[in-house]
Amino acid sequence: MTQMMTPSSEAELAQIVGDAKGPLTIQGGGTRGMAVDGDVLSTAGLSGIELYEPGALTIVVKAGTPVAEVDAALAKERQRLAFEPIDHRGLLGTKGTPTMGSLVAANISGPRRIQAGAARDFALGVRFVDGQGEIIKNGGRVMKNVTGYDLVKLMSGSHGTLGVLSEVSLKVLPMPETEATLMVHGLDNDSAVQAMAAALGSPYDVTGAAHIPGGDAGVTMIRVEGFEASVAYRIEQLRTALARFGTEMSVSEDSNAAWQDVRDVTAFHGATGDVWRVSVKPSAGPDIVKSSGAEAALFDWAGGLVWLCTEPGTDLRARLGPIAGHATLVRGSGQARFHPEDAGVATLSQGLRQRFDPRGILNAGLMGS
Amino acid sequence: MEMPVPSKTVIARKSRVVERLMEVLPADRVIHDPMETRAYECDALTAYRCPPMAAVLPETTREVSDVLRICHQEGVPVVPRGSGTSLAGGALPTADCVILGVARMNDVLETNYPDRYVRVQTGRTNLSVTGAVEEDGFFYAPDPSSQLACAIAGNIAMNSGGAHCLKYGVTTNNLMGVTMVKMDGSVVTIGGAHLDAGGLDLLGLICGSEGQLGVVTEATLRILHKPEGARPVLVGFDDNEVAGACVSDIIKAGVLPVAIEFMDRLCIETTENFAKAGYPDCNALLIIEVEGSEAEIDDQLSRIVEIAKRHDPVEIRESKSAEESAKIWLGRKSAFGAIGQISDYMCLDGTIPVSSLPMVLRRIGELSEQFGLQVGNVFHAGDGNMHPLILFDANKEGDLELCEDMGAEILKLCVDAGGCLTGEHGVGIEKRDLMGYQYAPADLEAQMAVKDVFDPQWLLNAAKVFPLASSQERRADAIAAE
Ligand SMILES: Cc1cc2nc3c(=O)[nH]c(=O)nc-3n(C[C@H](O)[C@H](O)[C@H](O)COP(=O)(O)OP(=O)(O)OC[C@H]3O[C@@H](n4cnc5c(N)ncnc54)[C@H](O)[C@@H]3O)c2cc1C
Repeated sequence: MTQMMTPSSEAELAQIVGDAKGPLTIQGGGTRGMAVDGDVLSTAGLSGIELYEPGALTIVVKAGTPVAEVDAALAKERQRLAFEPIDHRGLLGTKGTPTMGSLVAANISGPRRIQAGAARDFALGVRFVDGQGEIIKNGGRVMKNVTGYDLVKLMSGSHGTLGVLSEVSLKVLPMPETEATLMVHGLDNDSAVQAMAAALGSPYDVTGAAHIPGGDAGVTMIRVEGFEASVAYRIEQLRTALARFGTEMSVSEDSNAAWQDVRDVTAFHGATGDVWRVSVKPSAGPDIVKSSGAEAALFDWAGGLVWLCTEPGTDLRARLGPIAGHATLVRGSGQARFHPEDAGVATLSQGLRQRFDPRGILNAGLMGS
Repeated sequence: MEMPVPSKTVIARKSRVVERLMEVLPADRVIHDPMETRAYECDALTAYRCPPMAAVLPETTREVSDVLRICHQEGVPVVPRGSGTSLAGGALPTADCVILGVARMNDVLETNYPDRYVRVQTGRTNLSVTGAVEEDGFFYAPDPSSQLACAIAGNIAMNSGGAHCLKYGVTTNNLMGVTMVKMDGSVVTIGGAHLDAGGLDLLGLICGSEGQLGVVTEATLRILHKPEGARPVLVGFDDNEVAGACVSDIIKAGVLPVAIEFMDRLCIETTENFAKAGYPDCNALLIIEVEGSEAEIDDQLSRIVEIAKRHDPVEIRESKSAEESAKIWLGRKSAFGAIGQISDYMCLDGTIPVSSLPMVLRRIGELSEQFGLQVGNVFHAGDGNMHPLILFDANKEGDLELCEDMGAEILKLCVDAGGCLTGEHGVGIEKRDLMGYQYAPADLEAQMAVKDVFDPQWLLNAAKVFPLASSQERRADAIAAE
């Protein structure tokens, strides 16, 4: 019988981990469907905004705080989480509430990653409980910090395998006055990636570049954000700069909604099949789609992030062969979720897991071996 | 500053080690004559010096691997070195160490504009990375003031920042991949031209690890297209604290400048005498820079000026041309040099929440009076990264110690205010013994566990970052293993 534990303080969390006799599956909002074997350890009881200083662009929250609560608090001050985290619920058909701790633990970033950075770039500090039940802090709540090793980065994307986050501090940014998206119609994948490279290789500070394939109905989206006049100016400049790629261009009527669809991969919500997320250099994106044989594809990050929907059970990694990047299985089963690491890197990762969780009880088997 | 006692056994082995190193490197790139090793006796923290046992200058990853394998087998400590501009003593040798300098490794290996990255050998200087791509309109964003001299190797090891990091981030936010040689000579490649790690974020861990986890030989760096233009506005104030409050208001207002720099009276007057930038006569000034087209710049500057006007400025000087911009930046850029002309100084690097700027500036003023040492403040105000410069006289008995004591008080103040000991210069030896003020023993233990994984014998730059007492057992193991 597995049981569910919901500590209401960091001390209690440490006690539970320290006393654990078997494996624990760490749960934030449970929206990712990443559960492994073992008793469920939920961070739901560790919730609340501890400090928010709009003038310092920083927020400190307990790990189980719902993302929605933070979004609302930030919106009141016209600020936001600039890494644009994806909401996985539609894609995975899960319920629950995404939590702040999971955003960091899984380094969840969306379209703006190419310009603003990933969750790991906005994480300023963490508190966590390691596999022995020891409470550890690293980083802090200031924007620049090189005091000792950066365990904040190590914890970002460690998916609960090195420790259970109890608190995270994040840098936030002002919301822009407005945004607009230039839509270039009818480009094939290769020209779309070239067009996105041209947009990002311009001085216009593009904050999103995605391509939804579809022959003549395909659309390539270029986003800019800022003050009204500046956005209008940049859209016109980009229109001129991209004229050589396609004559048919328009400006999106609802830029915000269009990017929410890219962020949450709405195009795959209804479709059956496994969902993969492949990170490569942008110019390699079109070839990934070709060799994947996938039924549906979506390019984000100017081509560097390829979302693929494949037949259930497809060994995508075997199809792609060796790639300079990584493929993560986001929906589906039968394959390892994370990309196998090179021997040298795997030895280091394993060594770190061994040191932070010597008993191998935290989300055991989720990453590496 | 205490350093570990050098190992007699290792020093006794010098000739054999040198001989073996000469088997893998040409003789002129193995420096062992005590007259010549002196060139490596310190970095920019010149108060501390110690010539190494030997220094080597490899040119390829392969050579770095050969050197490390030999040192590993012989139990010889290694201190990696870029350009030696560390202000924290990060590249300070021990008498029993081999300095591994990457200065000869400065090639550009690949330039890719469509995917916006360059791959370089890490001995290349920061400025010459931008130099390699600027004709095509691109640049590498992190811009430490030492950028003419410092190497990408040191930037990665210290996770260096610069004036424009407010918008573009520091080194770790612009580093995409590295080739690194571990102490045992094995080579690992981490990251690359793609974004984010497929597994654990080892790249994020290596950046800022002060040369303790491996020797980084190659780096993939994100490059960006240059903005259409950039111009600053200079705002003078009667009062430090008011200037601090103005910074907070600008940030809250949603205008995000690329840089907000602060200078106090001592720095203003000293640089004025030195560089004659024509700064106003005032107690504090801010230099705020924005980017974009001419019209975009005008618009943003006018928003900033409007906010500044609410804080009783004594002068507002909006740059209208490249010439005026250069003049505004001239003083800020010469600040360290100017202070260096009038006095010895120690440059601190504590970082605080921007909201605490007024309080911390006031407390620093009080400490200055209490210790009887002058302090100048010149720093990156937008992200709270302070640089108090404590003036002292190196020739006066006890003055360095007094200065260090005062420095420690200021850094503790930064920690108490919710900040940290160092925002961009690193811990090195300088802040090593204060680590216990910011971190509990368990926090330090977790960091040292990371080093155990990468360098189990603790041979790489082991006397840095961690208080000697807390790393004692691990380093003792290194010697016992000989
Ligand atoms: C006048 C002046 C202004 C400065 N301004 C700034 C500033 O604005 N912002 C800022 O952040 N810093 C600044 N610094 C500090 C310094 O320039 C930076 O820390 C810089 O990154 C050091 O680079 P370096 O190549 O000189 O490294 P070094 O001093 O040679 O070494 C620094 C550290 O890096 C390690 N290291 C060197 N090479 C390697 C390698 N290949 N692999 C692994 N580890 C390695 C060393 O062991 C050492 O711990 C300034 C310094 C001076 C003197």
